This record gives sequence, C-alpha cells and structure tokens, in this order.
Amino acid sequence: MSRDSQHRFDVLVVGGGPAGIAAAVRAAECGVRVGIVDDNATLGGQVWRAGSAEGDTKEAAGWRRRLRTAGVTTVCGKRIFHQSEPGVLLAEGADDLIELSYRSLVLATGARERFLPFPGWTLPNVMGAGGLQAMVKSGLPIRNQRVVVAGTGPLLLAVAAYLRGHGAEIPVICEQASWSSLVRFGVALISRPEKIVQAFELKKDLAGVRLVANCWPLAAHGQESLDSVTLSRDGKPESIRCDYLACGFHLVPNIELPLLLGCQIRGGYVEVDDFQQTTVEGIFCAGEPTSIGGVDLSLIEGQIAGLAASGSTGEARKLFRARRKARRFATILERTFGLRPELKSLPSPETVVCRCEDVPYSRLQRHTSWRAAKLQTRCGMGPCQGRVCGPATQFLFQWNPASVRPPVFPVRVESLAGFPDVTEPEHTVGTGGTA
Amino acid sequence: MSEPTSDVAHDVVIAGAGIVGAACADECARRGLRVAVIERDIVGSGATAAGMGHIVVMDDSDAQFALTRYSQRLWQDLRPQLPDDVEYEQCGTIWVAADEEEMAEVWRKHDCYKKRGVPTEILDAQTLKRLEPNLRDGMAGGLLVPEDGVLYPPCAARFLLERAQQRGAELHLGASVAEIGEGHVRLTDGSEIRAEVIVNAGGASAPELTLGIEIKKRKGHLVITDRYPGFLRHQLVELGYLKSAHSLRSDSVAFNVQPRRTGQILIGSSRQYGAEHTEVDNDVLARMLRRAQEYMPGLATMSTLRVWTGFRAATPDKLPLIGPWPQDKSVFLATGHEGLGITTSLGTAKILVDLITGAKPEIPAEPYLPSRATKECTHA
Amino acid sequence: MPSQVTLTVNGLTLSVPAGATVAVAVAMAGQACRISTGGEPRGPLCGMGICFECRATINGNAHCRSCQILCEPGMEVTTDE
Repeated sequence: MSRDSQHRFDVLVVGGGPAGIAAAVRAAECGVRVGIVDDNATLGGQVWRAGSAEGDTKEAAGWRRRLRTAGVTTVCGKRIFHQSEPGVLLAEGADDLIELSYRSLVLATGARERFLPFPGWTLPNVMGAGGLQAMVKSGLPIRNQRVVVAGTGPLLLAVAAYLRGHGAEIPVICEQASWSSLVRFGVALISRPEKIVQAFELKKDLAGVRLVANCWPLAAHGQESLDSVTLSRDGKPESIRCDYLACGFHLVPNIELPLLLGCQIRGGYVEVDDFQQTTVEGIFCAGEPTSIGGVDLSLIEGQIAGLAASGSTGEARKLFRARRKARRFATILERTFGLRPELKSLPSPETVVCRCEDVPYSRLQRHTSWRAAKLQTRCGMGPCQGRVCGPATQFLFQWNPASVRPPVFPVRVESLAGFPDVTEPEHTVGTGGTA
Repeated sequence: MSEPTSDVAHDVVIAGAGIVGAACADECARRGLRVAVIERDIVGSGATAAGMGHIVVMDDSDAQFALTRYSQRLWQDLRPQLPDDVEYEQCGTIWVAADEEEMAEVWRKHDCYKKRGVPTEILDAQTLKRLEPNLRDGMAGGLLVPEDGVLYPPCAARFLLERAQQRGAELHLGASVAEIGEGHVRLTDGSEIRAEVIVNAGGASAPELTLGIEIKKRKGHLVITDRYPGFLRHQLVELGYLKSAHSLRSDSVAFNVQPRRTGQILIGSSRQYGAEHTEVDNDVLARMLRRAQEYMPGLATMSTLRVWTGFRAATPDKLPLIGPWPQDKSVFLATGHEGLGITTSLGTAKILVDLITGAKPEIPAEPYLPSRATKECTHA
Repeated sequence: MPSQVTLTVNGLTLSVPAGATVAVAVAMAGQACRISTGGEPRGPLCGMGICFECRATINGNAHCRSCQILCEPGMEVTTDE
C-alpha cells in the first residue's frame, strides 16, 4: 500500500490544542503555508475539547476563528507514528496512510494525566479526572451521579466545576497536596489577576463542595464496577459511596514524538531555546512538553514557536516578557503539586500496575530497571507502550524510562509496510531458515 | 595489578548471561562445578531478548541437524519444570511451499527428517488451508514438524540462571568484562576473577572479548501485533529462499510468523549484512512486512505494538563455536549461534561442559570445535 | 444532522445523542469495553486514546479506541465476552 496522499507545508504543527493552534495561527499570519495535524476528529486538544453540546470559551473561539481566517490546512483524524526521512512524517488514518513534509516543525503534543495504582483502580468507572471530563464531553450522562474527584493539580478543580455544572453530585475533592502548599498556591495567584478571576469563577461553580487537602484515595471498591472509595483523610480512612471516581495525579508531557525525532530531553521535558527551538534544527516545541504550565503559557509558547518557525524572530521576541511571567505559574504548579511519598505505598502486592498485561506490583518490585521489568514481566509491552505504567513505575521505583522506537503509536501492519521508495528486487528474495 | 575479587577460584566463569550463558551456567552447576556468570547489562539483553524464541530442527547440514535435534529433545525433557512465564508451547512448525518447486523441497525435507527419526507430515494444499486458514489461497502445501515449539527467551534465561544460583552459582550483573584469558577475567573496574576455565558466551559481542573469533553481526527486525487469538496456530516459515540469488552480500527478508500464547503474532524475519546500528531500517522493515502480507493478507490490518532489532552472531559456516579456543587453553567458546541460539542453547551447554570435564559428548562435537578450519562458504 | 444515532452494542440496540463516542455508547449499554488478560472487566481510563482500556471491535475491526470514535448509524460494536 503506497502513501495515499502527500501534504507539503512550510510549517507543520503537530497537535491541535492551544499551543498548536496558536503556533499555526501566527505562522500562517506571516504568510507561509501551514498545516496542523491532530489524531482527534476535531481540533482543541484536551483543554479546548469541543463537546457535543459545548460552547468554546471566548478565548478558544477567538483562536479558532483566527485559524480559519489565516487559511491553515487542518488535518484531523490522523496519527503520526514515524518519520520516513528527516522532514517527512508519516501518519495513519482510519483507512489510509499520509505523508506530511515540512520545512519547519512545531511539536505541540500536549500532556496526559499521570495515573498511580491503588487497590481497585482498574474497576470500571474509575477514570482519570480529565478522563471523566472527556467522556462527559463525549456524551456520557452524569446528571445526579455521585463523583469523587481525587488526585492532585488544578485540573481537579476545573473538572469538578465542569461536572457539577452538568448536574453531577461532588461529595468531595480530595487533593494530596498539603494545606500549606495550597495556601501558598493561592497567595502566589494574587500576583496574577487573571488567575484570580478564574479562581472566582470556579468558586461559584464549586460553592458548597468540600475541598480537602492531605487527602488521597486508598482503595476503590466494587464488583463489576465502582461502588465506593476509601480515602485517607488526615491519616484516617473515610469511605464514600460513589458512582464514579475521577482521579488523576497531575500531568506528564507527551515527549514520545520529540524523542523519536532526536530532540534532547532534560529532566523529562523537551529542551528548547528562547525561540522554542529544540536541539534539532528546524524542530520547535511548545506547550506542555516543555514544562507543565497551563493554557496561558501554552498560548504564548505556541505563538513564539509559530513565529520563529516562519522566520519572524523579531515578532517572537515581543512575547518573551509575557512568557517569563507565564512561566512563573509553571514553577508554582510544580512546587505545589509534587507527589507525596505516601503515594508510593498505595499499591498492594496484587494491585495491577501494568494494565495492558495485568502485571501486579509484587512481580515488578524485584526488578531494578524498567528494561529488566519489561523483558521479564511484559510490563510496558502492551498497546499503551508504557504511557500509563511508565510514569507510575517511574514514581514507584525510580526507574528511568527507555528510549523510544517507532511506531510511537500502534498502527496497522500495512502502514509500516507502506514506506516510500522501497525498491522491490525482480524476484522477491527470501532467505533460508528462521529468525 | 589489582587484587583478585575473591580468593576462592571458580571452576568456570562465563562471560554473558544470554540464553547460551544461562544454559551453560545451569549445566555447570548441575555437575557440581563452581561457576560465576558476568554480564554487563541485564539477563538476556542481547539476541536473547530480540529473537523469536523458536525451537526448531534445521537441516542445512548434518551437523546443524544433529545439534538442533539433540537440543530440541532436551527442551522437551525440561518442559515440565519450566514456569508459566517461559510460555513454552509445542505449536509445531509448518514449512510453507508456495509452488511445485518448493513442494519438491518439502518432499526432500520429509525424507531427510524421516531418516533421522524426526516425525513430520506432508500437507497438501487443502490440508494446509484447513490447518492455517489465514494463509492466502494458492499455496502448494507444506511440511508440518509437530515437535517444534516456541517459548519466551528472557524468562527461559532467567529460569536457567535461577536454577544455577540455587546450586551455588554466582551472577554478577552490570559488570563489564575488559579482558579474558590465561585463567582470569578482568573487569573494567579493575577487579579480577580467577578461574580454571573461562567461557566466552558473548554472542554478537564475543569478538570483543576474544580477538580473532570469526563472528559477524547479522541484524534482524521483528514486529509484534496486538492480540488476535486463533488467527495463527503454528510457526510458519517459507521455503522461498530456494529462489534467492544465494548471495552473502544482499540484505534479505523471509516470511516467518509465530503465534504467541498471548494471541499476539510475531512477524519476521530479516537479515542484514554489515549493519551495525540498532535503529529500525524502514526499507527492510517495509519489505519484510510486505512479504508477510503476501503470505497472510489478514496481517495487513492488524495493530502493531512494537518493532525492534537485534544482532545474531553469525559464523562463516553457519555452525556455532563450542569448545576450547586454540590460542588460550583456559578459554572456551560457546557462541556464534546465529538464529538458532534458543534452540541449541541446551545442547551447547551439555557439549561444552562435556568438553570442559573430559566427558564424551552425546553427539560428535568436532563440527562445532573452534579449532576447525574455517571453510569458504559457497551459499547463504 | 439527526439528534440521535442508533447502533448495536453486543446485539443490544440503543440510541445515543449525535456526537457521542462509541465508549459512551458501550457505557450506556451497561457493558465493560474489554476483559483484561487476567479476566477483569475494564472501561475507559484516560478518555483521550492513550490507555487502550476502551478497546472494542467496531464493524469487525478489532482493537479500536472507542473513546475517540464517534457513533455512526448502524454501527455494530462488540466487546470481549
């Protein structure tokens, strides 16, 4: 199967969230030919995910309008999995394979939730916080359902507010950070007026909902699906009946594609210079993969990357000050929502850690490296390619993740077989014997 | 000169904790030898982790046949003791013939195996289709070898090492060997381990430890799919190599698929000459998968989870090196197994320890001795 | 665009709002998406196509990430038994 279509761009943006959209808009407004590609059916990423009956925020709607006006080519429903040669990426769709070539590349691949294992976390209706929100945006009925929100990070508040706004009952929001961290977080926000407004809006939506710090899930209970959750609250267990548990421990950056393309990673994030350029010439990175900093920082970094990728370094420079300010929020986030060590003792020996291969904690404990554990137990060898169990085991055991190999997402055999410029010899040459 | 790590000399020190090193350690310990295994990485980190884990009888030469058959029987004997995670399955191999020329080879192989007491069954086109419905139409037939099997090599290597350790063997992981010879192994940290015998089971890296070993890296690619239980029942290997140009120089691909117990399909195989980097070669991968799709069109839409490469240790005459190294009487070799390391690991271990202890090997060991003259190879 | 979409999940016919994903349809049918290798029922975790817990067979194609696929009229969805 040869490639079904080839797209050529001056600037290709990978990822249709805020950073990607901002990059595409600014690049296109410079007059260059821009494409934006995302594996979802529509643009928006996670933060600006369009639900079936949702409206955008004013900010999101504004950016989308600019994207349309600027004439950016949108390629949705295609998943990038490899590069065929420098400057050409391969993406798989539902029934085709496309080639995307570029002069400059902006990687805005976003972040995903960090999941930590605890007894019962594999029960149906235990989901990520963002995970449950995504499902509700995709049509899951939540009215009058009891949802415990737990884990860590500002996402919990946003999710709780959203769910409440759709009729869910939120008995508690359980944040593992300490009260003092949260108070310091609140104080730090005072320096950022726009955050205060956001906080007040959330406060309205969350009026009457208990937010408890020093609190984390100990176990989820149920037969075929979730019935109740036991939380640790100031060291004492507390059981709450619920229909859903929305639990996520902040975010981890999606750095698989940058890794595949040879970008240097530092401290788990993609290393970029002032112009958001990675260590690979012509490849830029913006948003969560460079540091978890929320929408505001993503928008600014996206713009800088888009401008720099189109050669408009002067314009890009004008945003440096705003970026400095927005980065302070990223630092505050990191300080506030670090994971406490108690979370390492949550899994029991039988608790499944690798969900794809059902590898329990006890089988992993004895290994001293990710690679050894992978080879001996198959942990990380399933379809998630370590995206769920990788961050979990990194936290639990301090294992360093391995390097990345193509395909960075599972793809069909025919997509891997469809590489360009493969010359078949006249008679297909076989070789005797086995592997 | 540094102090030796231990005053107690070992009888045998093995460099390399792949399947061959592990099997040798197990056999040494079983016979009461004091053995230590030195490994710079993790257990089975080389070709052992990368290969297909196929246990197969091969007839490229009498010597290859003898060793693979001997070793296959040892695996069958060991089977009851293998833990679940070794995933041993006697699924059998079917050598697939796409046309009449290849079918003639099926008959030849059948006669050859029959003479040597290996049960096989000739499959006509209809029977082949019944046994493997997902092979494309129009195959001529095949040869079923029911006693062949598959297993998961990293866990097999670990199992053998654990058995050796239970009998007192030492395992040193993360220890890099700088030099072996003259009765000692020197590590890169300067420490030394003394031994009567040192075994080089370094696989594709063996020449780094013993200069002059004629081993070349033969790179291969493999792909594993998600779970599709019931799609494939036997390991399938094509006979199409008969039409090849018999060149030692060109890279080649062949249809070779294996069902894993998980229901995942392992797709191979490829051979490259002179490639030293571990990165996936897109064009070789594409050709390998196209070949596989030709034989089993249903593979095309399967989800692939991982692609990886590995290096086989290849010798000029396609036979492994098992026995004393002529240039140093304290060094023995157990390496050069190309694509048959898993199959022949147990047989290699027995022969090696026989040679070390002066016992008579159960099959003639001459063809595998490192002292044999290296013959010019006339075909691939 | 119709406001409801009709599809079958494990033989059960149901109607979901247009724009709903297959994962949502499976949840509304009261089914788990898949059975894990250890025999546990599983449902979506991440909601964004990363965790693969939402895999289902859609119109004969196995291992589809149902949380990213919109329901279409007449779709036949089956989950692990």
